[in-house]
Amino acid sequence: MQLRMATVLPVGLFAVMGVVLAMGLRHDPKVLPSMLLDRPLPEFDLAPLKAGSPNLKSAELQGKGLTLVNVFGSWCVSCRYEHPLLMRISKDKRFTLVGIDWKDVPEDGLQYLSTYGDPYALIGKDEAGRTAIDLGVSGAPETFVVDAKGRVRLRVPGPLSPEIWDKQIEPLIKESEKAS
Amino acid sequence: MMRKFLIVVFLLFGAGLAHAVLPEEMLNDPGQEARAREISQGLRCLVCQNQSIDDSNAPLAKDLRIIVRERITAGDTNEQVMGYVVNRYGNYVLLKPPFQLDTALLWLLPFILMLVALGAAYFYLRQQPEPEAGDISNEILKEE
Repeated sequence: MQLRMATVLPVGLFAVMGVVLAMGLRHDPKVLPSMLLDRPLPEFDLAPLKAGSPNLKSAELQGKGLTLVNVFGSWCVSCRYEHPLLMRISKDKRFTLVGIDWKDVPEDGLQYLSTYGDPYALIGKDEAGRTAIDLGVSGAPETFVVDAKGRVRLRVPGPLSPEIWDKQIEPLIKESEKAS
Repeated sequence: MMRKFLIVVFLLFGAGLAHAVLPEEMLNDPGQEARAREISQGLRCLVCQNQSIDDSNAPLAKDLRIIVRERITAGDTNEQVMGYVVNRYGNYVLLKPPFQLDTALLWLLPFILMLVALGAAYFYLRQQPEPEAGDISNEILKEE
């Protein structure tokens, strides 16, 4: 009995450790929980990237159904990767897609959009990066799904993918359609 | 030879002193600047996750350093400045995780494991049979 305990215990511990460490390998340390989940979107009032269009105000995102707030920059490589998807969803009428041009030279931002297309209904510029910090942004691109009450329902760090879209965003769109 | 060695030693230690803080970011008040440094050394850079914002050259780290200094100038205590950043990025930005309910296991596990090991060692040693008379270790003891 003594001998069995002495062999079973280390092997058991090793197995438990193995499972825990294997789970750790699958965990992406870049994906952090958002502090904003189910909390109201922090207030912001950003000057437009395009001269003549209105400011991008957090207060005005309320009561208009679902809004997707996409943080991007012309300097950001993964944004370019994400861009075709944004162009595709921009035709979808079930939500509004707005952009925050983060820490960018406005001319570069405009150039970027005229080259690759402009999927956004409205774009605010955040040259100082203050709004991004209020949002808890750690890198571009980053997307926030905001419901009609102005609460953040989802934060997607990194580029959107069809998989994330189907599994995480589409259910929120369905939910918002039911509510309205 | 000795001289070359000393130069290398000085260079190595000098490397440790290098920080990312730029002169134009610094506060005029040395006391406030010292507090800013202390706070930034405890805040994680979100871009290069194992550096503090004090060490990192990332633009986001620079923005956060400036915010830390702004909050200090606005009269915030160190805790309030930390709270400002934690409110936005969560406990994850603290390089030293706080001791609270969901981190209790993290902090206490080493001590729990130590107690388990000591307990196991105690019971194991107690179960060992008494050394017999013919044992070598006892022979030596007798000779002394």
